[in-house]
Amino acid sequence: MGSENTVEEQGTDTPGARSLRLGVAGPVGTGKSSVIAALCRALSEEMRIGVVTNDIYTDEDARFLKAEGVLPEERIRAVETGACPHTAIRDDVTMNLLAVEDLEQDFAPLDIVLVESGGDNLTATFSPSLVDAQLFVLDVAGGGDVARKGGPGIGRADLVVVNKVDLADHVGVDVPQMVDDATRAREGAPVLALSGKRWGTVEQLCEWVRGLHRRHLSGTHVPTDPGPMAPHFHADEEGGYLHSHV
Amino acid sequence: MTHGTAGLLLLADGRLPAGGYAHSGGLEAAVRTGRVRDTADLGRFLTGRATTTGATNAAFAAAACAALRGAGADAEPGEEQQTLTRLAVLDTELDARTPSPALRRVSHALGRQLLRALKAVNPHPLQQRMQQGPNHPVAFGAGAAMLGLTPVDAARGVLHESVSGPSSAVVKLMSADPFDAYRTIAELRGLLDEIAEDAAGRALDHPEDLPSYGAPLSDHLAEDHETHETRLFAS
Repeated sequence: MGSENTVEEQGTDTPGARSLRLGVAGPVGTGKSSVIAALCRALSEEMRIGVVTNDIYTDEDARFLKAEGVLPEERIRAVETGACPHTAIRDDVTMNLLAVEDLEQDFAPLDIVLVESGGDNLTATFSPSLVDAQLFVLDVAGGGDVARKGGPGIGRADLVVVNKVDLADHVGVDVPQMVDDATRAREGAPVLALSGKRWGTVEQLCEWVRGLHRRHLSGTHVPTDPGPMAPHFHADEEGGYLHSHV
Repeated sequence: MTHGTAGLLLLADGRLPAGGYAHSGGLEAAVRTGRVRDTADLGRFLTGRATTTGATNAAFAAAACAALRGAGADAEPGEEQQTLTRLAVLDTELDARTPSPALRRVSHALGRQLLRALKAVNPHPLQQRMQQGPNHPVAFGAGAAMLGLTPVDAARGVLHESVSGPSSAVVKLMSADPFDAYRTIAELRGLLDEIAEDAAGRALDHPEDLPSYGAPLSDHLAEDHETHETRLFAS
């Protein structure tokens, strides 16, 4: 295609020249939108940010972020994924990819585009054809044992966030234990205990994003694919079978 | 249909990553308003869809495919421009046959997504010069030609999508047996083939003479659906 490449396609081919695309995945209700709102609030002075939200129904998450007033409204775009939020970030990323490319073109140059997945289950992760890196958000209210369960997002996302740690006492969760479990499931990869109400933890998250952005610009960040869920064993009356999600 | 079969199967496969899975082809609104309640209703809905929107879209897909055939990498610059102009006229004519603004938006969004996917899947020099958000049948017809397919293939593919989309969506929208839903398509295959042949026969007609079958109730429901609070599908 040579000289006829559009801006967006050249951008796709050379990661360092376009924005850092950062996915935010995790189960429903763990606080993905709030994490994005916190990042925008804390970083909007130093970075040019765009946001793509994914919703099953209409544009609920985009409206939440617009109401938070953390970014100019036109920099928040909603993608309606229908009944398959996981498909939009993994099997068929076209709608999201176009939304990201549009934002990058309309507000060039952007430093970072955050893509929020429609909440799904523990197995949903972003395809590397859509994002350069991804956060996987869990929360203490979902139960302290979730981190131990593993799966591609918990195991291999670039960062796992254990959110709402200010609620830990109320739901009987031992935060250091949960962080420890997650760290073990991730074989030492980073885990961050976060509360939107504790500024220091938000600053830690921002620092991680800044570091990632620097590595993206210098070309030293290598996108990794958490991958689909590993084949796993289902027990049944006949002894069980090996189940592979393809 | 011996030549190009593999290309048609690729293009018409609902799993092609072009965002089609987020749409029910009007079925969700029809179910919500009580117009489709069982498999027999689904059969009537699909027949209506195939003979109205489906037949119109098939004719435009066939015409877009015919417009592009032969305009390959070795085409003269003048020929290329002629092809692009004809595609643009077809696109405007199809807009004129789509009274619902919501459905026009959906069709252009799906066309843009298909074109974006095909740029990566099957690159072709004309993709960069085409309007980036054509109506879906125009994108489909053009994409079919770029895969070496013929107008009747393009018509078949568009018709297949027009009924297979709702048939896959139905199990998420009401208590329906997926086998029943696909039996409904199987029973329609004679009709679909007939419509596709007819559409292909008009592929070289003047764009303004192409068919314009309407479904006013679907148009109306699509408008309502676009603003509905808890929809599972975008259309």
